[in-house]
Amino acid sequence: MYGNDFGPSANEGEDVRPIDDAAAQVRFDALLADDERIEPRDWMPAGYRKTLIRQIAQHAHSEIIGMQPEGNWITRAPSLRRKAILLAKVQDEAGHGLYLYSAAETLGAERDELTEMLITGRQRYSSIFNYPAVTWADVGAIGWLVDGAAIVNQVPICRCSYGPYARAMIRICKEESFHQRQGFELLLTLSRGTDHQRTMLQDAVDRWWWPSLMMFGPPDDASPNTAQSMAWGIKRHTNDELRQRFVDMTVPQADVLGVSLPDPDLELVDDHWRHGPIDWDEFNAVLRGEGACNRQRIEHRTTAHTDGAWVRDAAAAYAEKHQRAAA
Amino acid sequence: MNRFALVLGLADDALIAAQRLAEWVANAPELEEDVALANIALDTLGRARVLLAHAGEIEGAGRNEDDLAMLRDEREFTNVQLAELENGHFGTTIARLWLYSTWQLTWWEALTSSTDETLAAVAQKSIKELRYHVDHGERWVRRLGDGTEVSHERMQDGLDRVWPHVAELFTNWVGTDLIEQGVTVAPATLEARCRERWAHVINEATLSTPQVPTVPGGGRRGIHTESMGYLLAEMQHMARSHPGATW
Ligand SMILES: [Fe+2]
Ligand SMILES: [Fe+2]
Repeated sequence: MYGNDFGPSANEGEDVRPIDDAAAQVRFDALLADDERIEPRDWMPAGYRKTLIRQIAQHAHSEIIGMQPEGNWITRAPSLRRKAILLAKVQDEAGHGLYLYSAAETLGAERDELTEMLITGRQRYSSIFNYPAVTWADVGAIGWLVDGAAIVNQVPICRCSYGPYARAMIRICKEESFHQRQGFELLLTLSRGTDHQRTMLQDAVDRWWWPSLMMFGPPDDASPNTAQSMAWGIKRHTNDELRQRFVDMTVPQADVLGVSLPDPDLELVDDHWRHGPIDWDEFNAVLRGEGACNRQRIEHRTTAHTDGAWVRDAAAAYAEKHQRAAA
Repeated sequence: MNRFALVLGLADDALIAAQRLAEWVANAPELEEDVALANIALDTLGRARVLLAHAGEIEGAGRNEDDLAMLRDEREFTNVQLAELENGHFGTTIARLWLYSTWQLTWWEALTSSTDETLAAVAQKSIKELRYHVDHGERWVRRLGDGTEVSHERMQDGLDRVWPHVAELFTNWVGTDLIEQGVTVAPATLEARCRERWAHVINEATLSTPQVPTVPGGGRRGIHTESMGYLLAEMQHMARSHPGATW
């Protein structure tokens, strides 16, 4: 999910290639100007490459970390149909992570390196996953709001100037919109259910609404990197534009669900639903590691990675042995 | 033993195996394996759902797939114990998955000619899926068995842990009437083929056939390992906490 830039990685020092090839720069600029795609073999400025690696890696990490809050509910899904849907969804997210790590590889960043950056806290993932999924309704709220926000963020990336990222995103967006509809349908079923189910639904929406608005990142006047990313054709719209699009899309859906959104200031002005002030202190606190699950999410990922090392080693050793035998 | 009990036993084998396997999602040694295990769990869950619905129809008491999955007590579940064994380390999971899938494949191959049309249709679909599951399991048994010293030890350890539950797969629990009617075959008829395949792969993987005592089993009579209660508590608690709710 997400396709946003969550800020610099901790160790961005080294430039990948020198930028003194003036002719190459001219060609690169011309490709951008014509809205053509940059491909892995093309020359690109070191800053462009670095920004893309960071953004794609953070996007991939978000897909993978995002498996946890919902994965947590697979064994407890209240019906077998819901279990199958959820299992398939979490599987999709693993697939999204795989496509994105492959896209990052075309820029020279290996999956192993990026995983290391994630588990040592040097690269970020979307903060939304530092909130806990505490009830079954959260599974629906995540699908509806979090996948919903992800789609709004990601649809423009289907036109990203970097070809492999744009193509990965086309595939991913199709699946995300499926997830969003399934999440909505889960909630709709709760809305028609027992009092207890409706309470569970409202409670989940109350908890996930504001964090999902925060997924679009800081307001435009506090997003210093946006202008450069837009000039490079990596980003197509500002954070606030995308957030507005999401709110406009979601408010009428809340109506269908019969839930209230926890924002007393929400009002329709000139055909747009204007939301009240976002608590950026909370956003920054979660970013600093003060969310409910920051530590748990990374520990979980680290444990899976570390516990699996012997298995990956075995696969590599076996492949090598049998390649040699075949040669 | 009636047809309801047969179909329910087959359904429970799939349901419980899928539930266990799904525990791996987001915990696998690599992302590709998260995807593969989820895939296998989904196929298996899909089979469980069709079989539970079929069992409910045969019974004719109005119970649907969820009633049967969520509202029965442990003693009413009749899956083989192999299906419910805890995941343990990856070598144990692979041992269980591989032995289970090989055995299931022979079952469903036999049931392609079942006179129960639903079972025959499930069999057609299942054998395609199970061939992939068996292949996936065999690849890992070879890679782990013939990979590193550590992986060899763990794969052998996994096999040793799961093997005591193999004998139960072939003990007779289906009624002779159902065999005579061509609904099913006797479980014992599957044994030679399974054991032959297992021995072949174990040998290829440089492992040894475990020399470990067999446990009494009893899954078909609703006698389960102690871990089964926890599995069911987790799987059933939502449905049982909200009687009558629709999800
Ligand atoms: Fe995704
Ligand atoms: Fe998604």
